[in-house]
Amino acid sequence: MLNINRPRYKRSKLERALNRDVLCCVALLFSMCLVGAVGHFMWRRSLPGTPPYLVPDPQGSLDAPSLSAFYMFFTMIILLQILIPISLYVSIELVKMAQVFFITNDVDLYDAEWDRRVQCRALNITEDLGQIQYVFSDKTGTLTENKMVFSRCSVMGTEYPHQENAVRLAVVDEPDPDQEVVFDQRPRRRREPGWTLAGGEEEEESGSGAGQRPQAAPPRSKAARSAPGDVAFSSPLEKEVVPDKALLQQIVKIDFSGGGWEVDPYLDFFLALAICNTVVVSTATAQRERLSQLSSASVSTGPSYALSSLAQKVGSLRRSLASWKPLTRRASPDCQVLAPEEEEEEVEEEERGRASGRAGDMDALRSCRLVVDSDEVLFEAESPDEAALVYAAKAYGFTLLARGPASVAVRLPHGERLELEVLDTLSFDAHRKRMSVLVRHPVTGEMVLYTKGADYTLMELLGSPCAEQLNDDQRSVAAYCQKHLDQYAKEGLRTLCFTRKTVSEREYSEWSTLRRTALAAMDNRGGQVRDSAVHLERDLSLLGATGIVDRLQDSVPDTIEALREAGIQVWVLTGDKPETAVNIAYACRLLDEGDMVINMSSKDKRQCASMLDCTLEAVRRYPLGPDGAGTDPTVAMVIDGRTLAMALESDLQERFVELARRCRSVLCCRVTPVQKSDVVKVIRDKLKVMTLAVGDGANDVNMIQAADVGIGISGQEGMQAVMASDFAICRFKHLRKLVLVHGHWCHSRLAHMIVYFFYKNVAYVNILFWYQFYCGFTGTTVIDIWLVIFFNLFYTSVPPIMFGIMDRDVSAETLMGLAELYRLGQGEYKSSIFWVAILDAFYQSLVCFFIPYLTYRGSDVDVFTFGTPLNTVSLFTILLHLSMEIKAWTAVHWGVMMGSVGVFFVSILAYNALCVTCNPPANPYWTLQTQMGDPMFYLVCLLTTVVALLPRYTFHVLRNTLRPSPLLLARNLERLAPAARRRWTQGWRRGTRGGGGRGDAPGGEDGSRRGGPVPDLDPSPAPPAPRDTSTTIAT
Amino acid sequence: MSKEENTANRPDNTAFTQQRLPAWQPMLSAGIVIPGFVIIGVAFIGIGVALFVTSQNIQVLEKDYTGIETNSSCFKCINPRVKNCNCTINFSLDKLFEGPVFVYYGLSNYFQNYRKYGASKDAAQLTGDLAYFTEPSTSCAPYRKDAKGKPIVPCGSIANSIFNDTFKLFQIVNSRNVAVPLDGKGIAWWTDYNIKYRNPTTNPLKNAFNDTVKPIFWPRPAYELDPTNPSNNGFINQDFLVWMRRSALPNFRKLYRRITEGEYAKGLPAGDYALVIGYNYPVKAFDGRKKVVFSNVSWMGGKNQFLGIAYLVIGSLCVVMSIVMLIVYAKFKFPDEE
Repeated sequence: MLNINRPRYKRSKLERALNRDVLCCVALLFSMCLVGAVGHFMWRRSLPGTPPYLVPDPQGSLDAPSLSAFYMFFTMIILLQILIPISLYVSIELVKMAQVFFITNDVDLYDAEWDRRVQCRALNITEDLGQIQYVFSDKTGTLTENKMVFSRCSVMGTEYPHQENAVRLAVVDEPDPDQEVVFDQRPRRRREPGWTLAGGEEEEESGSGAGQRPQAAPPRSKAARSAPGDVAFSSPLEKEVVPDKALLQQIVKIDFSGGGWEVDPYLDFFLALAICNTVVVSTATAQRERLSQLSSASVSTGPSYALSSLAQKVGSLRRSLASWKPLTRRASPDCQVLAPEEEEEEVEEEERGRASGRAGDMDALRSCRLVVDSDEVLFEAESPDEAALVYAAKAYGFTLLARGPASVAVRLPHGERLELEVLDTLSFDAHRKRMSVLVRHPVTGEMVLYTKGADYTLMELLGSPCAEQLNDDQRSVAAYCQKHLDQYAKEGLRTLCFTRKTVSEREYSEWSTLRRTALAAMDNRGGQVRDSAVHLERDLSLLGATGIVDRLQDSVPDTIEALREAGIQVWVLTGDKPETAVNIAYACRLLDEGDMVINMSSKDKRQCASMLDCTLEAVRRYPLGPDGAGTDPTVAMVIDGRTLAMALESDLQERFVELARRCRSVLCCRVTPVQKSDVVKVIRDKLKVMTLAVGDGANDVNMIQAADVGIGISGQEGMQAVMASDFAICRFKHLRKLVLVHGHWCHSRLAHMIVYFFYKNVAYVNILFWYQFYCGFTGTTVIDIWLVIFFNLFYTSVPPIMFGIMDRDVSAETLMGLAELYRLGQGEYKSSIFWVAILDAFYQSLVCFFIPYLTYRGSDVDVFTFGTPLNTVSLFTILLHLSMEIKAWTAVHWGVMMGSVGVFFVSILAYNALCVTCNPPANPYWTLQTQMGDPMFYLVCLLTTVVALLPRYTFHVLRNTLRPSPLLLARNLERLAPAARRRWTQGWRRGTRGGGGRGDAPGGEDGSRRGGPVPDLDPSPAPPAPRDTSTTIAT
Repeated sequence: MSKEENTANRPDNTAFTQQRLPAWQPMLSAGIVIPGFVIIGVAFIGIGVALFVTSQNIQVLEKDYTGIETNSSCFKCINPRVKNCNCTINFSLDKLFEGPVFVYYGLSNYFQNYRKYGASKDAAQLTGDLAYFTEPSTSCAPYRKDAKGKPIVPCGSIANSIFNDTFKLFQIVNSRNVAVPLDGKGIAWWTDYNIKYRNPTTNPLKNAFNDTVKPIFWPRPAYELDPTNPSNNGFINQDFLVWMRRSALPNFRKLYRRITEGEYAKGLPAGDYALVIGYNYPVKAFDGRKKVVFSNVSWMGGKNQFLGIAYLVIGSLCVVMSIVMLIVYAKFKFPDEE
């Protein structure tokens, strides 16, 4: 906990830009007030005498022009202060609340397994989700399920591949066809080099490049594909391991009744598997209590429930011998047989286990049942790896029965209960990367040290333990085992080695003294304890190694590919060793076959520096992509923790960052939690980019807090990551919609709304300002002051808020399908857009003031009668301006727009009719009524509104026609009728299939030029097309 | 476990929460807006022609009588020291000035919209509330009480500065002045006359003004504003009401009289006329100009060239734009618009 930083106060990028523009507005306000003050001064100076309309102060004397001008400056501030959009801040908060509501209510971001929605823990940075340029992800538990499944092992140099187990896993992996539809709505496209959506020239290419081949997942990723979502924690998948027949035979051969205790390495191996851990065995009763709390609500009556469980048990027994049938609950209510509830649980577990292995090999299942059915215990492990190993041991009959402070009980395959005295437990630490258990064997009486740990640490500690003649054996065992370990790593398995060591009485007594001293030490106790452990852990003899598979979560490859297509650079930071990490990286498409992978691994800093220089030299030859990040042949980097630490030192930092900027994806292996956050901080600060960090465990907290947007995955590793995060999701795949759709929407909506707010206030206030030129800059409001206040408060406040909440520039499907749109949505709020909006506001206010002015000039119009058309014209202009900005009109939009106009007229008519002498200096009585009886009023309003909006309208039209933005093109595609869309898609598919590689788009020359990339919006699953280059990791 | 409990947190799958509400997505592109431009263009040209023709048919006659020029008959009156100065402006009409003719007085460079000026009145007093006769609102200061501390009714700067030039119009028929009757009824807003401004119910009206003084610049108290018509006195005097309605712009005109009676109801026949002006109102202090305006009105009010021309220009522009859009559309069209 000590290395957890205090949470940073996060403020969104948009809000920072907003504050800059508010300051611009303040400057604008002051300059306008200055104009007012100077104008008043000059007006007063130009008067030759004292006209009757100049009102002296109560004492009867007039202020000097300069003093009057000084006062006028402040009067102007009061008059024009609406220019500063205070209401904007309130509106932003409202919009963000609604955005959070929509995000949390998204069904696609709901996880049925945990019954959890996405949580928005930070309410103020939703729009930053739309600005992400770098994603930093943890691996275990984030990309993977963090559900460890024993996959294969190597004992005494012999590999046991567990084919049956692999078959069973593959069956579970078989993706549900329904799910395919949900998650792969369109065929995955292969990103063509140089293919982009951004510019005009490029678009043409992209049209022909619409030879995006529909592409199925590569074959190898299938094995790594995650299980369907209904696999729960401690699911049968993890619990049930189908034993390897060959290995089972080895165990059967063990002679338990004599000398076999001493020599049989298989026995030792499985004992080590079963006891070398900190797994606590909980009785079924404890488990039952927990489960029954959950299930009590659904259980109607106790007796019938118990009865049904009994019936099931019978049924399950029958089924275990006969055929597989779906579970049916048969309960007869009149039969009052009570059965202990725990049995029901047991059967339930069994049933589930069975269901998952339904299509598996029958033989394997039966043999499995023989072992598992003996009795049911539940393991509670600190880490999923340990649990997986204990379950694996159990599959071979070595069931961990109980763990006490000084003893551990194991049931052996033939049913005997073996109680071992635990002399000491040398717990795991990050430096040793291993743990050991020292036990005294009850039969032989000798002390044995079982050690489990990372292969690279244990391999160094092997020695010749007892007999010389074993030496050769040992050496070959180590060599074979190493070979197997390498193979495991290549397959992306997590590897662990197991060793044993017989400790003599003398050695033990010596060591225990040392140990006691270490434990009693006052200073540097941790170091001494560790040293004492190291002292004993030497001259180990290798038993074997295990490979544990940590399966990728659902849709992880798709998500990562979508993020990469969106122009986001993806980094994966993991504590795993490089080989494992690289494999996972390929499996989840972080690395592609086409990528140029840079391997950074160096022993010392000099080497690291030269390596950085060389690589940078090489990479610089490739042109940077149009977005300034990433190169044409995509470059990826794999770097290990030690090299990373060196590269992050201040003298190499610049070069490292420069190199990292050109990498599409980066994989950091063997990194510590602090390094994770350091990397994020360096990239964030040096490149000035928006970063997103996603992780699930306590070790990701630093990184999550350091990033601009922190995302916690609420998984199996506690709540620390979620507590530190800004958003908490359940699955990595949710990131795709959260970022690509909600991020885009939130940012686009908010950006447009903010710009509109600035425009609105400037446009309205300037009407009051222009009038100052015709009233001697005396601060007269041409519109009743209450109506000025109401204008912002009621008449024009709801439409922009609704616009900020509900506008939808491109539909979710298109945004998910065309991830490229994400990057294009990032430039929605620029200062140029702000200034264009301000200029447009100036123009519109000029029109809105001067057309009525020229119309009523020289007539007998009075102040508020003149103000009425100004106010009305402003309302229509401002609302119609918004109408041009709204991309999708729903019933709500219509209602709010019509409602605003309706409220405007009804309330002003009421105000002008009821207020005879209220609000004394003003005289609004019956003005709107009078004006509405005059045809000129309508003619002025019509002309002014049209003239005010004509330039913007024309500009929109011409831009949409001559140079349509990709977002507009994407929207255009949505408008096609489903039939037309399907026709398009089918024609395009035919073209792809016939032409093989880059099929031509069917829209002809015109279509390919203007249509740009065409997302397949057809929800039917894509026909699988073989990928031309697909390498499998698991051969 | 029941299904409901398993999914207690499941969000509602409605079109609203999932942001799938059916929506109309307008696409502003050249092809779509061409008809819009054409319709707006044609409609605007139509309106413009109607406005322009109407405006052309309105006759306006303006006579500046400030007396800046030395040859003007009102030159003698421009000195503020000259009291009860009368001057005559002669003009002749070539043809019939169609009726009903409205007579306005116009002031330029006069800022009735000055903020403090606009506040300088007591709305409660003007509704005839006698409580405010003795203690007028402080907003009237310094025209609230006179030097002796007597309340001024009507108080405030607006009332004080009422325009007090008078006009008489004569047609010269055979060297004989024939008075043209000027109708001063109903020149103010109906609501001002009937609702907003009320006289005290005291009868006679004069008694309500006991212990008050007339505004400093006024020659007569409020209850004697119109000696010819007793019902046109006090706060509901038409000229007073017209003045109290502040002009929005510094160059303005205000309705003075209408010519609606007798043989002049159809208009002013061609001939020579003499306008006799009772010149009282000083304008030299603000470089102002005074004028009399004769005008007839149409459905669109007074003469207004601007609006008609603006409609014509914008209408033509829209037609031109539609042609431009047509060219643009022909060259660059969306693939789906065929």
